[in-house]
Amino acid sequence: MFYREAGDFKTSYEADNQTFPIAFDRYRYWAVLAVAYLVIPFIINDYWANAIFVPFLIYAIAAIGLNILVGYCGQVSLGTGGFMAVGAYACYKLMTAFPDVNIVLHVILAGGITAIVGAAFGLPSLRIKGFYLAVATLAAQFFLVWLFNKVEWFYNYSASGQINAPERFVAGVPVTGANTAPWAQYLICLVFLTVCAIVARNLTRGTLGRTWMAIRDMDIAAEIIGVNPLRAKLSAFAVSSFFIGVSGALFFAVYLGAVEVGEAFGIQKSFLVLFMIIIGGLGSIFGSFAGAAFLVVLPVALKVIGVDLLGWPTDIVSHLQLVIVGALIMFFLIKEPHGLAQLWRLAKEKLRLWPFPY
Amino acid sequence: MSADFFYGIEVVINGLMAGVLYALVALGFVLIFKASGIFNYAQGVMALFAALTLVGVMEGQVPFSHLINAIFGTEIHHFGWHVPALLAIFLTLLVMVFFAWCVQKFVFRHLVGQEPIILFMATIGLAYFLEGVGDLMWGSDIKTIALGLPQGGSLWLEQATSGLGGDDFYGFFIDKLDIVATLVAAVLVISLIVFAQYTKQGRAMRAVADDHQAALSVGISLNFIWVLVWSLAGLVALVAGVMWGAKSGVQFSLSLIALKALPVLMLGGFTSIPGAIVGGLIIGVGEKLFEFLIGAPFLGGATENWFAYMLALVFLVFRPQGLFGERIIERV
Repeated sequence: MFYREAGDFKTSYEADNQTFPIAFDRYRYWAVLAVAYLVIPFIINDYWANAIFVPFLIYAIAAIGLNILVGYCGQVSLGTGGFMAVGAYACYKLMTAFPDVNIVLHVILAGGITAIVGAAFGLPSLRIKGFYLAVATLAAQFFLVWLFNKVEWFYNYSASGQINAPERFVAGVPVTGANTAPWAQYLICLVFLTVCAIVARNLTRGTLGRTWMAIRDMDIAAEIIGVNPLRAKLSAFAVSSFFIGVSGALFFAVYLGAVEVGEAFGIQKSFLVLFMIIIGGLGSIFGSFAGAAFLVVLPVALKVIGVDLLGWPTDIVSHLQLVIVGALIMFFLIKEPHGLAQLWRLAKEKLRLWPFPY
Repeated sequence: MSADFFYGIEVVINGLMAGVLYALVALGFVLIFKASGIFNYAQGVMALFAALTLVGVMEGQVPFSHLINAIFGTEIHHFGWHVPALLAIFLTLLVMVFFAWCVQKFVFRHLVGQEPIILFMATIGLAYFLEGVGDLMWGSDIKTIALGLPQGGSLWLEQATSGLGGDDFYGFFIDKLDIVATLVAAVLVISLIVFAQYTKQGRAMRAVADDHQAALSVGISLNFIWVLVWSLAGLVALVAGVMWGAKSGVQFSLSLIALKALPVLMLGGFTSIPGAIVGGLIIGVGEKLFEFLIGAPFLGGATENWFAYMLALVFLVFRPQGLFGERIIERV
């Protein structure tokens, strides 16, 4: 009834090319943005920001990045944690070396540095495929974490081996450091996520995204029809690493404030982000959001139910959480290998006809 | 001959021993990968789970006691008996066979024909699941395996070789446990090869590895073979779990040896049993020697964390199918 193409006449090429061709989708998009920007910042408190919203926004950026590489370009990577660490340490070095420059610029530059590192580790993908590549990216993960642990220059020779985010301001409001208000944390992450999502969505709709998908579907065939595999694969690694680097920088500077590399950016993080895009749906920007939301909310929900309502010990709940996450991943892969995004797609198909049967 | 030279040899020998243990884990991967095309990330967690179960059975722990206590408010922990080691190993094997059956029945039977990467992700899910179940069943504290395996340095070897390298050299220091592990691994590999070559089930297993559909058409039950293969992987996991567990205690970090087995597999090729062993030895010696010669003196140590991956990465760029892997043929 509401959700249909009929009656929505496009009279210009711009209108025909827009991101959301269906009117209802556009209204929904603006409604979500309005709630996110105009309502939530005024009601958010410290618990909600730290437990749910800020990690969700940051993981969503990382998931979009990994989804570009795995979902759109078909190159499986287990190095996400390592690349997030590159973003975090690059941001830290920039913040301490150039204290007068705006933090937003630092975060973007950190993303750029991560993109270069990511492209370098993407080079073997030209020779190595499939599993072999997945394992090869583990080299990036372990090497980078080791590097940031051992080379003292990266953490400015601090005795603890940690990096701490100094206080920085955007338009006079502190966004990093101890005095940050929850709404400021939330807003800066939200702005980055919005921009990243729009960029990613439009990249994947354009030429670049199509070459990625051609490589994903069959790289040899893509090469024969004129896709340059070197450029396609390396650009996928670079763009993906850019997003992951931005999320790593935000994760360190805005969310945690102090980071020890092995703990914050270990192999577990790589798997976590990978699970997000599997559960959410490979090759879908919406899926990255859904997966990130799901895996951020699930542990919090389990903890609220298990510890606060039922009064079970914390360790049992955390073990149960492993069981449930593992079982859910297997369940999703069996029942719906295309993830939550596919459920959303099916729901939209149904909505087109509703309330009539056909 | 200088003492440094002999220390180098000692490093190589210890590297070989460590390599045997890597190979032991890699072997479980190869078994499953050959027969079903599933790259089983859960192999390391299976080793952890098997070792936990063995310890739990031997000490007569009540499974899921923490969970039961939390739900019903009871206070039960132990049955109060001790099971002899051999019986406990047998019972643990039964548990692993049951686990293999469950995995086949509830997970991978529904995923037949999916892309390899989906199967791989499913095994990661399985790893999380099994880790959680293991912790819930037996508790997550560090346990020790009391099987009576010899431990500590071999004094006899140390004294016998101490004369070799002059005054600065005190003889080769080699852990007795490593020697035992090497022997056990050798026996295991030989019996696996004999099983695969000379028994009916072994032949069926190789047929499935060769071609699923052809094997199915001559009357081999794929389900049975897959359960068999997962059970064998469970056996290998038990042996690996006991050896690693005796070395460093049965704890969560045991499951991380799966990550160490990955570069071994890449070097040796995913489909070759000899490859797994040779790859394990190369990685074991390589990372110990690198740490001894370059890592510790120049790079600040702990290079063992990443050296194996880098070695495998560089190696793969030149030979993408590994040392003994089948040639990768791509058709459009």
